[in-house]
Amino acid sequence: MSMPFYASAEQIMRDRSEYARKGIARGRSVVVSTYADGVLFVAENASSALHKVSEIYDRIGFAAVGKYNEYENLRVAGIRLADLRGYSYDRRDVTARALANAYAQTLGTIFTEQQKPYEVELCVAEVGHDAEGDQLYRLSYDGTIVDEPQFLVMGGGQADAITEEMKRTYAAGQPLEAALATAVAALGSAGGTDGARRALPAEQLEVAVLDRTRGKRKFRRIAGSGLTALLPAGHGEPAGEPAPADTPPHDRDESGGE
Amino acid sequence: MTALDGAGAVHGILRYATSPGSSSFTEFLSAAAPHLMPSAPGAGTVAPHGTTIVAATFDGGVVMAGDRRATAGNLIAQRDIEKVFASDDYSLVGIAGTAGLAIELVRLYQVELEHYEKIEGTQLTLDGKANRLATMIRGNLGAAMQGLAVVPLFAGFDVEVADPSLGGKIYSYDVTGGRYPEQYYHSVGSGSLFAKGALKKLWRLGMSRDEIVRVAVESLYDAADDDSATGGPDITRGIFPVVMLATAAGTERVADDELGAVVRTILAEREARPGA
Repeated sequence: MSMPFYASAEQIMRDRSEYARKGIARGRSVVVSTYADGVLFVAENASSALHKVSEIYDRIGFAAVGKYNEYENLRVAGIRLADLRGYSYDRRDVTARALANAYAQTLGTIFTEQQKPYEVELCVAEVGHDAEGDQLYRLSYDGTIVDEPQFLVMGGGQADAITEEMKRTYAAGQPLEAALATAVAALGSAGGTDGARRALPAEQLEVAVLDRTRGKRKFRRIAGSGLTALLPAGHGEPAGEPAPADTPPHDRDESGGE
Repeated sequence: MTALDGAGAVHGILRYATSPGSSSFTEFLSAAAPHLMPSAPGAGTVAPHGTTIVAATFDGGVVMAGDRRATAGNLIAQRDIEKVFASDDYSLVGIAGTAGLAIELVRLYQVELEHYEKIEGTQLTLDGKANRLATMIRGNLGAAMQGLAVVPLFAGFDVEVADPSLGGKIYSYDVTGGRYPEQYYHSVGSGSLFAKGALKKLWRLGMSRDEIVRVAVESLYDAADDDSATGGPDITRGIFPVVMLATAAGTERVADDELGAVVRTILAEREARPGA
């Protein structure tokens, strides 16, 4: 009988964290921010079919980065949980907080109990009746949950740089066009050669809003000509290789995305 | 760590995502929370009954209207019940039959359509929606056999049709889940014979929105005239039929103010023709 190798709990957790962080850093970033009428989602995503941003319920939206199959599974589970709660209680009883808690529990359990942690980072957002009621929750691969007051940046190798840029340029209560320009400029501020800005055309962006001025269902995608009209005139170097919805597989070169 | 540790285990919220391929909320609900599925009580239960629904196509869409009465035996159980609903942005569903069961079925159907749209990122086609409703009625067959039949009428605007003026479509159902596309107009419920007779004389091809609203209200007036279970417009209380439209612009409920004016016009014309 062979004895298993000893590895300290600390070491195991560190290894898993590193593994998950590497996976998440391979993709491109998503910016979620509040604006005058609600919540704005901007993802760098060349695919118009494999979404990173989705509607969950009347007032609740979802954004994710990392491995597509993993976050898609979580997204579907979230829609089912929300629809089940809304059907058995009332539509107003479905809250982002409950959903974020469910995600946190699940991600935390997977992180400690499974061989491989989920390589995902999620955002659950809810639009309130007024700006004070808007909520953004960030969920990490290990089940950590953070309530962000104004904006959050997830995924990609340059998330920290983009966060810094957002801190510098973000202003609360901006109209949609200005908030979109801020988020797109922040996404384009990182990843260019020699620090040059990248221009991100409409085809490489996935944009959606939770707009409190809409009727029952607040979620709305903005795409095609509607998005082009909202975007500021492009400047900077071309965006380069389009960013896929899924993170590149592990056996690809780490710098493959850029 | 051994292979037994959590391998294949399903965690927390993910137990809701373990059957890939299904975008149906009804299938999910019957597996995850079967006690929440609409089900019928035993035979012989006297429950409020909803009555007449009419639907008719017009230039650019379809109208559906329902009277406001629910009956329990020979009593009026409710005089302002609503039996016509928007099932999603482009479709309407109206119900005749055991009210409690029917309203629950509509609520489930609304979630079903929205659930599909959110998971798949696209709406079902109008035929897909109509077929889905048929499946749900078929699942309710046991209840129907006990005399608690729920017979809906489904109508919607087909966004994929080449000529938008012909986009309005109507589907009727029987208790076995049979689905029948209807031409021009249709009616279900206890007053449907009279409503259909009225529609036969009033409906014309290519009517405008205002004309078809009047036709729908007048056909319900005729149904209420001869069927005791169908309620007529109630001017003293301001209770008018629920009239909804589905067009390329979405669904719309006709406001009570507008209906009040339509009802008064009809009454004035009938007064001039006491034999009508």
